[in-house]
Amino acid sequence: MIENVPLGAIFIIGALFVPFLKGKIKSSYILFLPVLAFITLLNMPDGTHWVFGFLDYNLILVRVDKLSRLFGYIFIIWAFLALLYSIHLKDKVQQTAALIYSGSALGIVFSGDLFSLYIFWEVLAISSTMLIWARRGRESIRAGFRYLLVHAVGGLSLLAGIVIYVAETGSPEFGYIGLSGVASYLIFLGFCLNTAVIPLHFWVPDAYPEATVEGAIFLSVFTTKTGVYVLARTFPGTELLAWLGAIMTAFPIFYAVISNDIRRVLAYSLLNQVGFMVCGIGLGTALAINGAVSHAFCNILFEGLLFMATGAVLYMTGKSNCTDLGGLYKTMPITCGLCLIGALSIGGFPLFSGFISESMTITASAKESLPIMWFILQFSAVGVLHHASIKIPFFTFFSEDSGIRTEEPPFNMLLAMSIAAFLSIFIGIYPDVLYRILPYPVDYEPYTLDHVIGKLQLLFFGVLAFCLLIFSGYYPPEKRTINLDMDWLLYRKPVQYGLPALQFIFGGIASIMGRIFTESAPRVLANFVSNPRPKTDRLLSPMGVSVLTAIAFISILSAVFFLL
Amino acid sequence: MKKEKKQRELTFFDIPKNRNMVVRLLYAVLTILLIIDLFIHRHGDFHWEESPEFFAVYGFVACVALVFVAKVLRIIVERKEDYYD
Repeated sequence: MIENVPLGAIFIIGALFVPFLKGKIKSSYILFLPVLAFITLLNMPDGTHWVFGFLDYNLILVRVDKLSRLFGYIFIIWAFLALLYSIHLKDKVQQTAALIYSGSALGIVFSGDLFSLYIFWEVLAISSTMLIWARRGRESIRAGFRYLLVHAVGGLSLLAGIVIYVAETGSPEFGYIGLSGVASYLIFLGFCLNTAVIPLHFWVPDAYPEATVEGAIFLSVFTTKTGVYVLARTFPGTELLAWLGAIMTAFPIFYAVISNDIRRVLAYSLLNQVGFMVCGIGLGTALAINGAVSHAFCNILFEGLLFMATGAVLYMTGKSNCTDLGGLYKTMPITCGLCLIGALSIGGFPLFSGFISESMTITASAKESLPIMWFILQFSAVGVLHHASIKIPFFTFFSEDSGIRTEEPPFNMLLAMSIAAFLSIFIGIYPDVLYRILPYPVDYEPYTLDHVIGKLQLLFFGVLAFCLLIFSGYYPPEKRTINLDMDWLLYRKPVQYGLPALQFIFGGIASIMGRIFTESAPRVLANFVSNPRPKTDRLLSPMGVSVLTAIAFISILSAVFFLL
Repeated sequence: MKKEKKQRELTFFDIPKNRNMVVRLLYAVLTILLIIDLFIHRHGDFHWEESPEFFAVYGFVACVALVFVAKVLRIIVERKEDYYD
């Protein structure tokens, strides 16, 4: 057996055989791939493997250290669960795309140089678009195109940055870059776009709710978390990132409260969660980085679990709007219970995984003596509870009975959700399992009495506020509307007004050019090919005289030259 | 037919008595949390973290503020569902 195979290759090459398989063989083959990758990673020693020379540079396909190993584990675990969740699919396009997508995410995590990173980066963008298009509705096709264009821009920025960076430093090493110079800003922009850092976050709530039920499970994890990973490698300790992250935790919450589509609410909560990670990376201390990375690990499980539960509701009922749902606990009690576990985890209740990871970043901001950031993060921590822990289960499974009568989703979906729920609780109770594999040694104890009581107070009084607002009718009612986000400001409106302006400018240029090339220029050019007017004595015309003079002059000159 | 009939029966949360019980349970938990907080010694990186009941007040105020700001935001950004079509 070949040793230390690039894990991305297991998925990407493995995916190519999926179209030729059928039925149970296909299912077992698909689930076998992540298991194989996991065993390979367990046996892979730290260091770099699979190094190739390319031009003057070294391409490193496998670089294993604590950070990449951690992300590798969770990505493979999640790929397994998401594939299990979607194993009933007959749509081979989706399964192939999902495998390639997971593989390219792993490829990025284990890349040791910027060139291979870039190639996987583009594969990631294209394969994830397929998961949106696979829903095949009109809205999905359009959202997919917007998603692809946004990522194409990000990818180009990254490529330009990498080219300049390599030309300046002479090395394509994928390590700490830090903000200084044009190249680093271009790379930063490309990375931030994939991480959905504000104000480049708009593609998440735009595209993810339009993806297929199964596609959203993959999407919710791989693109933004590879973004977190690359930022943690290249820009730790960047102050700008810390503040953008803090704003990113708070800003989406307001949108989540007034969004109607539960999958859109989740997309906003995803942004809020990634905000905690980005903020931790920006703070850059050992505690903060540990917090960011461990939160990524836990978040993949519980956020994914919530996407699975809402996806199961969409799969069974065909509906995902708060206004259409309600009272589903009667017919989907197991899904409801699993969704509540995800909700409690994301809210950060003690004994659930959110508690042990989210608080690390908040504590890190306090250790850095940043009171404003601390207040924003605490606000966001209780805001998560509000929209993700309460709003999603409440309007889906409880609230007023919508009259929908359905059944539990297929067994494979329930099994995938149960495993994710189990892991969320397990890590919440035994945080040391996770703390042991973090990049820095952990000197942090989440379960102290004052921390637990403080967190419970924060959360339960948030619940009280929700209840009182609902009872008194002050809570904003769910409406069949959409809300404008940054995409309106950044490209939708500019294009709407910009297009006529561009049409005017380029249309004007085109008509002037048209006139020059179709009328004026041919008229002038025609002079050169038209028949000359007949002349009686050509030699004595002005042209003839000048030609004769020139010949005479050249003869005299050559005579002088040769004779002397 | 039988199954459908069974599903139309009132279940747990349809009965007002049960709902009230859940709310009363919440009030009980809140009271217990407030009382415990008076007796524990707090360590914090900021001095306000050490004052009693700080997190209860902040949690409540934050949530109410969140909803009211969201209501204002809705006035600004809300559009019909077919706005972009």
